[in-house]
Amino acid sequence: MLSLPSILQEAHAAYEPILPAWILLLPLIGAAVNGIGAFNWRANKAIPSVVGPAAVIGAFAIVVANFFAMSAAAPHDPTIVSLWTWMAAGDLRVGVDLQFDQLSMLMMLVVTGVSSVIHVYSVGYMREDPGYSRYFAYLNLFVFFMLVLVLGANFAITFVGWEGVGLCSYLLIGFWYENEDFASAGKKAFIVNRIGDFGFLVAMFLVFVHFGTLSFESVFAAAPTTLAYGGAVITAITLFLFLGCTGKSAQIPLYVWLPDAMAGPTPVSALIHAATMVTAGVYLVARSSVLFAMAPVSQAVVAAVGAGTALLAATIATQQYDIKKVLAYSTVSQLGYMFVAVGIGAYTAGIFHLMTHAFFKALLFLGSGAVIHAMHHAYHAVHSHEDPNDMRNQGGLKRFMPITFVTMWIGTLAISGIFPLAGFFSKDEIIWYTGAYGYGILWGIALLAALLTAGYMTRLMVMTFHGENRTGQEAQSHLHEVPAVMWIPLAILAVLSIVGGWVNIPDALPGLPAVHALHDWLHPVFEPARSILEGHGVHAAHTSPIGGGEAMWAGISTVAAAVVVLLTFRALVRRSWKPAAESVEPTGLAGVLYNKWYVDELYDRTIVLPLLALWRGCWRLVDAGLIDGSINGLAAGTRAVGWIGSLFQTGRVATYMFYFVTGVLVILATFLL
Amino acid sequence: MNLDIENASLILSAFLFAVGTAGVLVRRNAIIVFMCVELMLNAVNLSLIVFSRSLGLEAQVLVFFVMAVAAAEAAVGLAIIIAIFRHFEGVNVDRFNILRW
Repeated sequence: MLSLPSILQEAHAAYEPILPAWILLLPLIGAAVNGIGAFNWRANKAIPSVVGPAAVIGAFAIVVANFFAMSAAAPHDPTIVSLWTWMAAGDLRVGVDLQFDQLSMLMMLVVTGVSSVIHVYSVGYMREDPGYSRYFAYLNLFVFFMLVLVLGANFAITFVGWEGVGLCSYLLIGFWYENEDFASAGKKAFIVNRIGDFGFLVAMFLVFVHFGTLSFESVFAAAPTTLAYGGAVITAITLFLFLGCTGKSAQIPLYVWLPDAMAGPTPVSALIHAATMVTAGVYLVARSSVLFAMAPVSQAVVAAVGAGTALLAATIATQQYDIKKVLAYSTVSQLGYMFVAVGIGAYTAGIFHLMTHAFFKALLFLGSGAVIHAMHHAYHAVHSHEDPNDMRNQGGLKRFMPITFVTMWIGTLAISGIFPLAGFFSKDEIIWYTGAYGYGILWGIALLAALLTAGYMTRLMVMTFHGENRTGQEAQSHLHEVPAVMWIPLAILAVLSIVGGWVNIPDALPGLPAVHALHDWLHPVFEPARSILEGHGVHAAHTSPIGGGEAMWAGISTVAAAVVVLLTFRALVRRSWKPAAESVEPTGLAGVLYNKWYVDELYDRTIVLPLLALWRGCWRLVDAGLIDGSINGLAAGTRAVGWIGSLFQTGRVATYMFYFVTGVLVILATFLL
Repeated sequence: MNLDIENASLILSAFLFAVGTAGVLVRRNAIIVFMCVELMLNAVNLSLIVFSRSLGLEAQVLVFFVMAVAAAEAAVGLAIIIAIFRHFEGVNVDRFNILRW
């Protein structure tokens, strides 16, 4: 009989990725087919309706097959699939290499799984849009680039995916480009992301200078011996990487683009700006966990920025009236939680929250999309130009849309951290570890933001679904539930939002079976980083900063969240709002929050306007003065020389003869003298 | 300097050349300018013949070339002068100054 280690040994060799290139190729082919369709058979809705979702569902099927193969084999090391050499120059060799390990597998499952659901939903949501085929081309292209991002086995390939998803995000935010505001929102997202990408690039250059390679495996293996723990170089690399993450994942100071990104179609907000792309930063920190574990300063920065963002965005979300804006700030806030987790070294908790958040936030966005869809149709039927997104125009929708109502409450309770939904387990783990690792202040902030989350989400539900309907007498009769192609995705995500947290149940909770599935799954990926942290004396305590164990605080936070939900519900359900058209802008603290702490205005005054003035000055001085001046001067000089030369050309034969003879005489003179 | 036949001929040649050059420079009548050019060519022919006495017959071959070119040039040049005369109703080269920028 074989002993257990030898079985594992054999199993290690057994994992071979199944059809690795096809995971990427299917969405790319889908994008190509739909892209051709956008030009050639724009009126045909059947082809995109089939090709778009099928490409992603096919990729999902391959990923699931790979997942089972990998869990059977339980490999300790990542499997690298080298497709071809992308560039080779001097010591640098960058290959198109795909890395199959537990982290990329989990990310692929989340990306392709949630994408499949959202693609199906889009068939219903975008059905009447003239850019239907173009929409699916972009969406498939996005899935392709997102998979490149998570599968990349070196910084360069990941960066390709990183830029690619940014491009698709830009294209989809500005999808309705006829509206100038929407087009500008796309530009804003792209430009703000460029600032972050600059950080990523600098980090990549530093990595190459110090390690001579960009491959994740070699860099992470060499890092502990090549660079000093906590040294300037490793701190610089990780901080620049994190700058990239703040751009892509919408953290302070670069979060401002995400709320504006809601200009895109709602399924896009659900997929790109909630479930997948914006988590790329969290993924990158988790992927580079070895580097971050070696730089305690960077870790503290990541955690502090995450906590600050979580609180700031949560406060803003409490006073927004656009249903998508609330969810956007909620996303920013939840991403903050993930950064807190990966910042303090609780990598599994961060990825756990990434996964559960993908479920319930996609659910909430798709639910809001259903609401907007219904509102839009009602207003369209009566030729009204009211804003269908504004919650002040909604209210009482539970009568008209029962399925959306129930599924969105599930999402709300999940994000609020109510036991036993997904958010309870993932968020609680983050909050608990923040305290246990000794970040007392961040722990307090995280708890406070969790209560705010419960508050603003309940406010959203009350304003949308409860109370009196404010849509207007006439339009009200046109409100109806969304078709099955849209509510079935909601139902799938609702189920995932309930059970998604059960993959990781801590030992400490009494009466529950301890489940470590996710923790064990990700163990091989985070083990090097964990051992670095533990080697430098970073251990999780068994009590919170002010005493009490994990079970007690989990209970306190879920009860507190439930109390906040109930209190908010009771306080708001009887309150009457006026429709948006009759409302006045809030004042005082509510006004400050409604105007998002005036951060956009602050950036405008301190960065955008001075930069514009600077570049206008540069244009006048350098472009108009120096460059145009020198070119025009050169032209004027040439003209002057030409004019002087033309004086010699009289057209008279005698003059030429005179020059000729003079010339001959001069030559003779030089010979003779 | 003893004035033997060679030196005398070369001085004559130089004199003829100078007369031709001066004529081209100072005269305004195109026909005369043309004749002065012929004079310069023939001055060169004369010096070539003088040199052929000491250097060999190749110089005299060159004279025939010059004469052939001069004949061709006379044909073309006179045709141009006739054309100019028809156009300007005169052959004063100072009036003929339109071939410039």
